[in-house]
Amino acid sequence: MSDTGSDAAPEGARDATEDMAAGAKADVARRFIEQIPHAHALSMRVDQLGDGRAELSMPYDSRLVGDPRNGVIHGGAVSALLDTCGGTAVLSHPEGPAQTATISLRIDYMRAATPGQRLVARAECYHVTRSVAFVRATATDDDRGHPVATATGTFTADGGAE
Amino acid sequence: MSRAAPEPVQVVKQRRDAALSALVDGLPYARFLGISFDRRGDELTGVLGFHEALIGNPELPALHGGATAAFLEVTAIVGLSWAMIWDDLERGMLDAATLTPETLPRLPKTIDFTVDYLRPGLPRDAYARARVNRSGRRYASVHVEAWQDNRARIFAQATGHFLMPPRDD
Repeated sequence: MSDTGSDAAPEGARDATEDMAAGAKADVARRFIEQIPHAHALSMRVDQLGDGRAELSMPYDSRLVGDPRNGVIHGGAVSALLDTCGGTAVLSHPEGPAQTATISLRIDYMRAATPGQRLVARAECYHVTRSVAFVRATATDDDRGHPVATATGTFTADGGAE
Repeated sequence: MSRAAPEPVQVVKQRRDAALSALVDGLPYARFLGISFDRRGDELTGVLGFHEALIGNPELPALHGGATAAFLEVTAIVGLSWAMIWDDLERGMLDAATLTPETLPRLPKTIDFTVDYLRPGLPRDAYARARVNRSGRRYASVHVEAWQDNRARIFAQATGHFLMPPRDD
């Protein structure tokens, strides 16, 4: 079992402090994301966070367009949102590491994001070993039923679960 | 058998540079990230000029994985599009003088893109080159590598598949 985030808690006190620890971890992760210059440049916002799941969103911005003929956001900007969302999910996992970096990320692009609409990414860190965290993520616009892109990624997890 | 005189070098350069400008100027996101392209003959090198907004880990500091992925994807799409228009451009079937982002052939669309992060991106300029491994009528497969100080020391690479725009011929 991981001891991340609860080093200071005495034996036996862990159960009582678990909810607080999870909340504190979510706050740390939220502050961490907001301090990332590139996430800030893309106006990313943490909408939901905790227990290995993260929801991040990003407003439409004409500077991120990949094809001026249709005003569609470039795939690279969608990648940046999915990558950040994946890393955030890893940090919020109860057995996750205090720091992480992307090892690999695969993105499948299903359709163009509708111009003018906010992009929302949801990521789930579904498994953590002592060295690696595994993530899947989806990006949508207002049409939540039809994903814009899906991703699977692996992230470093030094000090992750045994 | 008589042979046409070779084109003056400035005519050749002007044509190629105008076409490359039309291609890159049509990508607002490339400007946002600070990506430009160096051209030597038909070989393109993407250049990601370092600026603070590319940072993903302020403590190290290191480039954001998303910025690196975006740089690789922009380089792959520009490299593939460049290879796609090169023959028409050189044969005079595309007139570089009148090319604008609006009149260029449509760009390929990314189907999937897989990025491999080999080491942290340092807070300095990065370079990337794309290699088109296969380009058919409908699909293309492109590999792209990025480095910083040493060409042999790649810090990230990616492979992507692309849907080619429909052609009239």
